[in-house]
Amino acid sequence: MRANELQAIYIMWMRQMKRFVRSRSRVISMIIQPLFFLIFLGVGFRNVQMPGLEGSFIDFLAPGIVAMAILFSSMFAGVSVLWDKQFGFLQEVLVAPVSRFSIIIGRTLGGATTALIQGLIILIISFILGVRPSSIPGLLLAIVFMILIAFSAVGFGLVIASRMNDFEGFQLIMNIIMFPLLFLSSAFFPVKEDMVLRTLSFFNPLFYMVDGLRGSLIGTENSIFSPFMDLVVVIIICVAMLSLGSYSFSKSEV
Amino acid sequence: MNIVETFNLTKRFNDLTAVDHISFSVRKGEIFGFLGPNGAGKTTTIKMLTTLLNPTEGTAKICGYDIVRDRDMVRQSIGVVFQEPALDTMLTGRENLDFHARMYGLSREERTTRIEEVLKLVNLVEKKDTLVKYYSGGMKRRLEIARALMHFPKVLFLDEPTLGLDAQTRRTIWEYIKRMNKEEKTTIFLTTHYMDEADFLCDRVAIIDHGKIIALDTIPNLKNAIGNDVIILSCSQPTDLRKRLEREDWVKSIEQHNSSLTLGVEMGEEKIPIIVEISQKIGVKIKSISVRKPTLDDVFLHFTGRRIRDEKDANSSLEKRSSFRRRGV
Repeated sequence: MRANELQAIYIMWMRQMKRFVRSRSRVISMIIQPLFFLIFLGVGFRNVQMPGLEGSFIDFLAPGIVAMAILFSSMFAGVSVLWDKQFGFLQEVLVAPVSRFSIIIGRTLGGATTALIQGLIILIISFILGVRPSSIPGLLLAIVFMILIAFSAVGFGLVIASRMNDFEGFQLIMNIIMFPLLFLSSAFFPVKEDMVLRTLSFFNPLFYMVDGLRGSLIGTENSIFSPFMDLVVVIIICVAMLSLGSYSFSKSEV
Repeated sequence: MNIVETFNLTKRFNDLTAVDHISFSVRKGEIFGFLGPNGAGKTTTIKMLTTLLNPTEGTAKICGYDIVRDRDMVRQSIGVVFQEPALDTMLTGRENLDFHARMYGLSREERTTRIEEVLKLVNLVEKKDTLVKYYSGGMKRRLEIARALMHFPKVLFLDEPTLGLDAQTRRTIWEYIKRMNKEEKTTIFLTTHYMDEADFLCDRVAIIDHGKIIALDTIPNLKNAIGNDVIILSCSQPTDLRKRLEREDWVKSIEQHNSSLTLGVEMGEEKIPIIVEISQKIGVKIKSISVRKPTLDDVFLHFTGRRIRDEKDANSSLEKRSSFRRRGV
């Protein structure tokens, strides 16, 4: 790879970081929303009895909320290519002597980094609220899951962005695809005991992300699969989403 | 020496031919203008020359590099200012330039000195650390021109460089464009639908309409083609007078618009008495008559039979344009 491709990846990433730091209200709302979920649901349902729930509810909930925060924020980062399209900046990028591949890598790294920062903030707050990681290797594996979730969702965001011309379509996808998938992913409640839910969740990519993150972070008593099994599936999803995302992006014309 | 050359360059969108087999060349060091109404195919041509769109047919060479086969070399050799602003408004002016410099692989030393240089060229040194969202329209345009020059391009493409700017700002932008051309020895290819802009800036102009080049020459030559003077008169029976005047061999061109006639002639002052005499003979009453030097607008009228901003035409081309947008162009 030529040196200027690396420069290009770096500056694409840097641009996202600068925009992230400067759009404070967006960052705050993207952290506050999952935080409310975590605090209100966690505290409100702290003594609730659910079929299939082992241990405290907030321990169960925290990994789900971390996954949700990363998913939404990186999907948004992927979709924000639409902004560049609408405000013309994408032309400036595409007319530069840089391969589309480097442009996508820079863009994806930037989006994934910002989403990870938000995920880590939620994770730290959940530690403050009393959630304890099962072990240090478990915590490290959880961070690997967080990275994979971030990259997969940026890829999905890029796919959406290349198919749409405005943000209404993005809202629609969030509401009719992402929310149901998230509810059925065991992020908010266990799906272990209900055979229908459980079978459905096997077809839900988000399920493996949430299940794996939970298994590695707080222990496997609430998981269906072992974290390593989840890891394999999530890696496959991630590679597929990134390839699909970069393919769609490279085909889109300005 | 030709720095841009096109060979039957063509772009079709479904059933619409936006650019129709155009061949022309731009000489090194000149300011070359593409003049035509909205929807004539100017932006599509620029997008093909700057490698953002693939031609349906034909090709072009920039600095000897083919726009389809040697994309990266073409991209390295050109600077582009698009019609819509293409700045990141969440970054400062300097950061926008730095972004560009790194995308074009400039070294650290090159970056710092060049950023200062181009900022000075467009008088934005004091504003360099302000976020672009607080810039005025004219400042944004200047920053974009500066940015396009960052990597020492051989050819600078400007798509409607003063669209939507006020008269005073347009003047300043024109001065900057002239300066780029002189001081940086950059060849400039610009599109415009403003006659005065082409008149002020361009060495040579191609008039483009419905995707075809209908005339290409230096501005003095284009104007001479319709005569050194233009006579405009309004009278009682314009059709009769037009038919009578068409028979005179000193009338180089004649157009009728409602009750007025526009004539291209040599030595206009001497022709007025002759016209008055003729019209008296055939019983046509002249209400007013005047002589002026031809403008590019007259040239356009001569070649297309329309004024560049005919109301009806402007509307239909606007429609065409928005349908390009919807197709993602």
